Amino acid sequence: MKALFHGKQMFRLKTGLLLVCLSAPVMAWAVDDPSEMLPDPKQERQAEAIGAQLRCLVCQNESIEDSSAGLARDLRKVVREHVARGESSQQVIDWMVARYGNFIRLSPPVTIATLLLWGMPVLALLIGIVSAVMIFRRRTATPEPLSEAERARLRELGDGR
Amino acid sequence: MSSEQTPPDDQNVVTRRRLLLGVPLLGGAGICGVAFWKMLAGMQTGSFNPHDINAPVTGRPVPDFTLPDQTPGTGFATADLKALTRPVLINFFASWCIPCIAEMEALLTLQKQLPIWGVAYKDKPENAAGLLKHAGNPYARIGSDREGRVAIDWGVSGVPESFLIAPGGMIVWHSAAGLDSPEVRDSLKNALKAVGG
Amino acid sequence: MSPELGRFALALACVFALAQAILPMQGARRRDRRLMALAPGLALGQLIALVASFLCLVNAAVTNDFSVANILENSSVTKPLLYKITGVWGNHEGSILLWALILGICGAAVAAFGRNLPSALRARVIGVLGGVAAGFELFCLTTSDPFDRVWPAPLDGQGMNPLLQDPGLAFHPPILYTGYVGFAVPFAFAIAALMEGRVDAAWGRWVRPWAVAAWCFLTCGIALGSWWSYYVLGWGGYWFWDPVENASLIPWLSGTALMHSAIVVEKREALKIWTVLLAIGTFSFSLSGTFLVRSGILNSVHAFAQDPARGIFILALLGLVIGGSLTLFAWRAPSLTTGGLFAPVSREGSLVLNNILLCSICAVVLTGTMYPPFMSLLFGKTISVGKPFFDAATIPLAIPLFIFMGFGPMLPWKRAQLWPVLRRLWVAALATLAAFAVTVIGLSGVLPILCATMAVWIIGSSLTDISNRLALFRVSLSQSIQRAKSLPRSAFGAALAHIGVGVSVLGLAVMSQAQHKIVEVHVGQKEDLAGYEWTLTDVRTVPGPNYMAMVATIEIRHNGHLMTVMHPSKRSFNSQNQTTTEVSIHTNGLSDLYGVIGDKHGPDSNPTYVLRLHYNPLAPWMWFGALIMAMGGALSLSDRRMRVGAPRRAPAPDVVAAE
Repeated sequence: MKALFHGKQMFRLKTGLLLVCLSAPVMAWAVDDPSEMLPDPKQERQAEAIGAQLRCLVCQNESIEDSSAGLARDLRKVVREHVARGESSQQVIDWMVARYGNFIRLSPPVTIATLLLWGMPVLALLIGIVSAVMIFRRRTATPEPLSEAERARLRELGDGR
Repeated sequence: MSSEQTPPDDQNVVTRRRLLLGVPLLGGAGICGVAFWKMLAGMQTGSFNPHDINAPVTGRPVPDFTLPDQTPGTGFATADLKALTRPVLINFFASWCIPCIAEMEALLTLQKQLPIWGVAYKDKPENAAGLLKHAGNPYARIGSDREGRVAIDWGVSGVPESFLIAPGGMIVWHSAAGLDSPEVRDSLKNALKAVGG
Repeated sequence: MSPELGRFALALACVFALAQAILPMQGARRRDRRLMALAPGLALGQLIALVASFLCLVNAAVTNDFSVANILENSSVTKPLLYKITGVWGNHEGSILLWALILGICGAAVAAFGRNLPSALRARVIGVLGGVAAGFELFCLTTSDPFDRVWPAPLDGQGMNPLLQDPGLAFHPPILYTGYVGFAVPFAFAIAALMEGRVDAAWGRWVRPWAVAAWCFLTCGIALGSWWSYYVLGWGGYWFWDPVENASLIPWLSGTALMHSAIVVEKREALKIWTVLLAIGTFSFSLSGTFLVRSGILNSVHAFAQDPARGIFILALLGLVIGGSLTLFAWRAPSLTTGGLFAPVSREGSLVLNNILLCSICAVVLTGTMYPPFMSLLFGKTISVGKPFFDAATIPLAIPLFIFMGFGPMLPWKRAQLWPVLRRLWVAALATLAAFAVTVIGLSGVLPILCATMAVWIIGSSLTDISNRLALFRVSLSQSIQRAKSLPRSAFGAALAHIGVGVSVLGLAVMSQAQHKIVEVHVGQKEDLAGYEWTLTDVRTVPGPNYMAMVATIEIRHNGHLMTVMHPSKRSFNSQNQTTTEVSIHTNGLSDLYGVIGDKHGPDSNPTYVLRLHYNPLAPWMWFGALIMAMGGALSLSDRRMRVGAPRRAPAPDVVAAE
């Protein structure tokens, strides 16, 4: 089911781009024109890395490198122009954020509002470990090794260790 | 073991644990439920759109650009907008975009109160001219953004998109939805009042 | 077999489901054997009615009955028969009916396989399943009627999105749904246990096979979906962390945790409350995931309907199911007996750690998926959360999980010493060190190196575990074979599933080193990529049943030897004015050569073609690993001891817990 919504055919209805994508080749692919690529392989790699951080605005969670939408293609060109001028990756991303806001970043910046998002890995782990430790602490008795009865039960369950 | 068998001394412990489990779980689920309900309700009325890009353009001066003429109008540039003494609406449109065509009627009514300047976005000049001939021309001036590059500087992600420019060239209002929606028109009217238009 | 008959059968199923939700439940409460005994019959009745209803819809699709709105919108006369049938679930209404049908099958399966269950427990489990099914069937009947008629009936339908006309996608939904819906059974067991106020080892044992079965289907469903995007979408991507994918990953993660914690319940009567919560949580995630996806909150535009009225109905259903079960949980769980004691370093302890890490990853994916709409609602700001975030936030949690996966299964129960176990893993540790050395040289990027190393560790330690159990090389081969025969299949299954994880992780890590090239070539032109020579030798136009295809012939040579000839093509469909690209993939099991043909440029006399060529090392291992995981699960299920309903419940509360 997931795949139905995937990728290429998902554009915002509102924009009318839908019309284009239904009538034009829906299943074109990312960089569909070799002339788009930068001649310097190092710069092309930098451009691809930047592109992977930028969201195709009219698609579902795809980067502009992965999208066939017209706007994604335009943005890819812009990225490559900036890279060719020797700008740093951060400069190119800042240029994009200035125009489209943080929506264009596939990895949101750490701010107070995204603290919970970025803190979730640590928070979840802490909650898990702290509650496990608390439950262990509450049990005063140190468990004995397996008793013979328990051992027999486990053997019966097919796990005799 | 069922709860009836629990001795009465433990009853307080059980109650405390019930709260300990129930409050965060049900609270979390409840908050999510209410939030989803608000989202769905907002999506129905159009007041909430989780997919809005919200390009951060309002409160900024217009970007630097120059747009060539698009028949039947004349193109314009940053300086033209900065030299304005009354508000103007900038509207990005295209002949291949159905919502833009749906919006034309509303634009034709609106241009009686507020000058509208159009930008033909990634459109063949003859197609854009054909649309305006057919549907009527609401635009006082029209520029052509054949490559869609000026649109990127404006933070446009699709057409139609509209911007209200205050005298002096400041973007004071922006909508990524068509002006055929009464909510969008109301919001434009409020913005217009604020700049004394 | 008219559509009206289908709708009637659906309504009948709904009546059965309601009866199934009420009567056996009352029976269990009043200890009325006659009422409880109604449960299997009602479940079977519901299933028969659902099958009849589903067949009516299939019949309408096969006979091109375009007076049915659903068929009209999604089918056409020229569509191949296979896709007429599979197209039934390729749309919102049909997929809900399929969902209900699978739920009906689950209910009937519990009725059929659960003969050894205590009658009250069985009545309650079937009753809960009936209640959930009734909700779905009402949803289907009121807001998503697949049998709606159109008048006058047009001569031809609007056709199906050609992207969906693919065998991989045709069978993807049923498998994925079986996974989602399968978790309804552990959920029903959890609710029934809470109602009874009793969770014991026998309960753990009854729940586990259902959880494992659902998990196998979900694993296959996710892998199939990912494989589909790999070979259909045509640019070598396989996982995009898109909300729809995440919606299936979240229950998979919590379901994996459930499968493991249920082992502790069964074997040691510990983690009981937690396991019940996981069972409730996993099904809740399955439900809310699929429905949030359909509500339009997470996705902007998609093939399924985005009707807010449906959203409200679904939300009410979710509120009832999730809110109700959590309330019951909070009320009843504190009075459940706490289970057997264990030391932090023990098998139980390692499974607790497994659960903490899996649930942390689950929480990260959930937060990342839900953050954008919540930001938008609370702050009016929109953000995107995509691949760079998820990679950075989940992999550091996955790596310790992989480390513990290695030695956790070898720890003794209750109280263990780490050192003797680690000492037995020296071969695996050496292999891991060697793998680390190789990957540092061969791979670029810290995370791929770490993941590939961990993959070798997982595979190595799982093999060590099995060889230890068989005492390979310590006793004679025939004795080892004897041991293998007496070793439960579930032990092999677990090791196999872990090896599958290792294989997938290795595939993912090495796949990150994929290379690609986009070129514009004339026929006859050669291109080099990854040591292979790719030559476009021919492009021709071939008609298909409902499309025209531009088929390329690409010869691939390695050191001058012809390796393979591939035929990527581009199809233009008549009915929807769409084109699709058909990727051509040549695999040797270790890597994929992946070719796509794009636009034609230039004059017809001397055209050039855009080609996109990929070299994807170890790509097949990603899905092969998932298949191994599912096979491991299936092997465990085939274990006599695991078989559904096998155990008898101990009459007294328990011996083990009484210490």
